[in-house]
Amino acid sequence: MKLIILNDYDQASEWAAKYIRNKILLFRPGPSRYFTLGLPTGSTPLGCYKKLIEYYKNGEISFQYVKTFNMDEYVGLPRDHPESYHSFMWNNFFKHIDIKAENAHILDGNAADLQAECEAFEEKITAAGGIELFVGGIGPDGHIAFNEPGSSLVSRTRVKTLAKDTIMANARFFDGDLSKVPTMALTVGVGTVMDAKEVMILITGAHKAFALYKAIEEGVNHMWTVSAFQQHRQTVFVCDEDATLELRVKTVKYFKGMMHVHNKLVESLPQEPKKN
Amino acid sequence: MPSNGSVSDAPITQFINCRILRDHKLQREDLWVREGRILDPEKLFFDELGYADERIDCEGSIIAPGFIDVQINGGYGIDFSRVSEDVNGGVSFVAKKILEHGVTSFCPTLVTSPTAIYHKVLPQVKVHNGGQHGAGVLGFHLEGPFISAAKKGAHPEQYLRTFSSGGVQDLMEVYGSLDNVAMVTLAPELANSQSVVRELSQRGITVSLGHSVANLSQAEEAVQHGASFITHLFNAMLPFHHRDPGIVGLLTSDQVPEGRTVYYGMIADGIHTNPAALRIAHRAHPSGLVLVTDAITAMGLPPGHHTLGQQVIEIQGLHAYVAGTKTLSGSIATMDMCVRHFKQASDLVLLDDALNVRATFISGEEVWRKEL
Repeated sequence: MKLIILNDYDQASEWAAKYIRNKILLFRPGPSRYFTLGLPTGSTPLGCYKKLIEYYKNGEISFQYVKTFNMDEYVGLPRDHPESYHSFMWNNFFKHIDIKAENAHILDGNAADLQAECEAFEEKITAAGGIELFVGGIGPDGHIAFNEPGSSLVSRTRVKTLAKDTIMANARFFDGDLSKVPTMALTVGVGTVMDAKEVMILITGAHKAFALYKAIEEGVNHMWTVSAFQQHRQTVFVCDEDATLELRVKTVKYFKGMMHVHNKLVESLPQEPKKN
Repeated sequence: MPSNGSVSDAPITQFINCRILRDHKLQREDLWVREGRILDPEKLFFDELGYADERIDCEGSIIAPGFIDVQINGGYGIDFSRVSEDVNGGVSFVAKKILEHGVTSFCPTLVTSPTAIYHKVLPQVKVHNGGQHGAGVLGFHLEGPFISAAKKGAHPEQYLRTFSSGGVQDLMEVYGSLDNVAMVTLAPELANSQSVVRELSQRGITVSLGHSVANLSQAEEAVQHGASFITHLFNAMLPFHHRDPGIVGLLTSDQVPEGRTVYYGMIADGIHTNPAALRIAHRAHPSGLVLVTDAITAMGLPPGHHTLGQQVIEIQGLHAYVAGTKTLSGSIATMDMCVRHFKQASDLVLLDDALNVRATFISGEEVWRKEL
């Protein structure tokens, strides 16, 4: 695991965006070689998306040959509802970049057969050659995507009933009306994300600190599903100072001491003459 | 075309670097158009897997819906109420010129005229869409002759009419045909007006109250029969009185049928209405406000004498008077001037731009651009 500690949210977002940018550029995607990216929703990745849009607008990166797979979507929410994850991705990312619609995959929470939809999603990932880099966030209860405490660490894409806490937390997006909040969601499983070649988890804010502590300083445990990534070969945790508040001073000092090495991963790459 | 063709193969245009007015705010958003209709880009993306064929850079301009002028009597030397050899040509000429003011549709307006004029002029101009050739014609606005003598303004007294034959009959006798008529201004206090208001409303013609001495109940009755518009609020009607607000009282009347809105035209040229009065109307009933120019022949022309219907008008600066009097006679403000003046008067929270028209589009197609 690489634990990347930046001073604040903006710096963490920027570091993460540069990391993604460099990964895509080094992969050299093309018409017969797509870069597959797993993507999250929520407030944590917003800064990262803004930066990626900036890099696209600067001409540093193109998403023409990038395929994306989102982690989750609510069940039963109309696709054009302002709180659907389709709307989130369109407004915060897709509409600002040059990604092709057929390469942006999001689970359909209104599919007639939800089980089949989940299986089809897994098949699409396999057909695309697996995911190069899966970007995710972490919940205050240590969950990744909608894999709430108790989810199997080898789970696949499936329908999940949302925990009461999650529904309460989401009520703020539905005018505080609990009856309007979706109660089920489709989500990639812990196992699905584990299959990715590389995983990057964004964690910012003091309210996530305890979850980060449980995820990396305690054992692998299905009550804190992000801990599963201790058993993944290539994991990067990108966080701000506040998120480290529950970690041991020793852990923080150790990884801060590695920053000069880790920062090489986000340096600007030498400009290549554009082929097309 | 770039879409899976599931909805249409027509080309898609994307306006970028623009600000659009949405939810009462100016927002930085792109505008997507296909075949003259605005698209929901999210739907285009997820359903049709589509993107734009062509991108137009708006360079930070504000995109507003094309202005619609429902009261314009002519301009650039053309007087719609005056018979000429080429009525259609005159309307088309003005239609082309007003693109420069951002107007994309309009109602050529005829002031009170002799019956012969209506019979000659009305059949010659048909409702049609705008385009490269000029703004679209929505239909005539017939302002008079069924109006009050006491509030005739610049209308010629000798051609005023009443509903002496019962109503609808007078209407047809005077106008001849109602095809291609979008709006009629009348005074509801005239006897037998109710049946006329009903008949016009049923035909889908907007009935507008104006040039009238009606009190509030007469005005409300007309609204209940179908009237939905007020011609140049405050002008040519009784002033607001706290015990009988008259037509002006419609703005806050509780007798307006459920689900209906009473709209009111305002000439925001800085002359016809004091900005304070404009603000009062706007604050009382913001969603009903419609800016009109009430522009006359002289709009676009230099100062001097010009004709309006059967009368002679004198231009002094931005004022147009009935020659030899101080009675206002229409305005020579252009629509974009009215919009700017209204913004100033009402201090709307719009972004910095001076609201100067830079380019006009109809159905997504550029029909006029300001030369730099």
